[in-house]
Amino acid sequence: MEALNPHGLSGRGIHVWRGDRHVLRHVSIDVLPGEVVHVAGPNGTGKTTLLRVLAGLLPAEEGTVGWRGRSIREERDEFNAQMAYLGHENALKGDLTAYENLHYSVGMRQLHDASEIEGTLDQLGILRCRDLPARVLSAGQRRRLAMSRIMLLGASLWVLDEPFTNLDVAGVELFSSLIGDHVAAGGMVTLAAHQGVVVPGATPRIVELD
Amino acid sequence: MRAAGLMEAGALLYARDVKLAFRRWEQVTQPVVFFLMVTTLFPLALSPDTAQLRQVAAGVVWVAALLSALLALEFMFRSDYEDGTLEQLVLCGQPLWWLALVKAAAHWTVSGLPLVVTSPLVAASLAVPGEAQWTVVASLALGTGILSFLGSVGAGLTLGVRRGSVLLSLLVLPLAMPALIFGARAVDMAIMGDSGRGPLMLLSAMLILSVTLGPFATSAALKVSME
Repeated sequence: MEALNPHGLSGRGIHVWRGDRHVLRHVSIDVLPGEVVHVAGPNGTGKTTLLRVLAGLLPAEEGTVGWRGRSIREERDEFNAQMAYLGHENALKGDLTAYENLHYSVGMRQLHDASEIEGTLDQLGILRCRDLPARVLSAGQRRRLAMSRIMLLGASLWVLDEPFTNLDVAGVELFSSLIGDHVAAGGMVTLAAHQGVVVPGATPRIVELD
Repeated sequence: MRAAGLMEAGALLYARDVKLAFRRWEQVTQPVVFFLMVTTLFPLALSPDTAQLRQVAAGVVWVAALLSALLALEFMFRSDYEDGTLEQLVLCGQPLWWLALVKAAAHWTVSGLPLVVTSPLVAASLAVPGEAQWTVVASLALGTGILSFLGSVGAGLTLGVRRGSVLLSLLVLPLAMPALIFGARAVDMAIMGDSGRGPLMLLSAMLILSVTLGPFATSAALKVSME
């Protein structure tokens, strides 16, 4: 088997079964600094499963996921500290305000002061929703709020599962430029999406699942 | 920006859970209302005769408290699981056993503590003499604690199961039986004018056991449920 790459995230020979369905068959993937990797494929081909395996949420039945040359199982804490995962669900609490959601969820990893959180909300264009409970926000605004969390975590690797769902045209552009800025600064992004992804300043490398 | 320590992360998670519970008021009140209803129905259904009530008081208080606490158990991780927050907790870099411990403690604060606080009222309505009230409070404080920490294991295990509440009761109730037996015994002894210290000590031992071992089992259970 090919060696794990020493600079970024790598998956080698990943197999996952769901019941008796063989969802991922020998998938190998690399994400290097400054790179956007777009996991593409029709619905039901295991895009989410692959991202969950890469994020360490789902153990691969065969194969390894490595971070900077070492298996993420051994380097769990170091890997978690440098990875931000945006799942299918936004991981927001409807009863908490936008600000509180970020305060609690980001705060368990890093402590920010109010101005940093407000700055990020502003960047994502939802500062006026600061004190509204997340449940009254629109689906697109909730996605933006979830993305604010990724921004605040300051992780070098972003794992984004369908980040563009529910976004309007301006939102898609905003997210793309945020992703572009992140990789321009040496970050890594791997994302799943069924539509084409255009990132300013970077050409996404496509990994096709079938 | 700086990294959050273990205590800071724990304090935030605790504060968040308590705040959420108070924003969803019915979730806090439901077990207490159930507890009060069941226990106040007994004097009406049996007889207002104090001697007779005293005989059943210990059992009634404890069974009602156990079932009310069980009602709330299902919600310990349910909403976090459904909205994806649990995934973020697993990935947040803090040890999962610690987060499980904090969540069980927060769960006790919003579902167990109200039962403890209202128990003197319930005890009085069942003609429990004044001296025995403290034993009722102490035994329930220990007992609901045991159930929260023990129950967190079951709540974690049954997360992925649709309509897991029946399974959850089947898993947790047998494990909670020793607590019920010794708790009711302590109250009974206090009502009879004896000291209930012996059974209370045993309850404390059980609480220590479930607080120290429960979170590790819960974190393993959560990891299995997440897959």
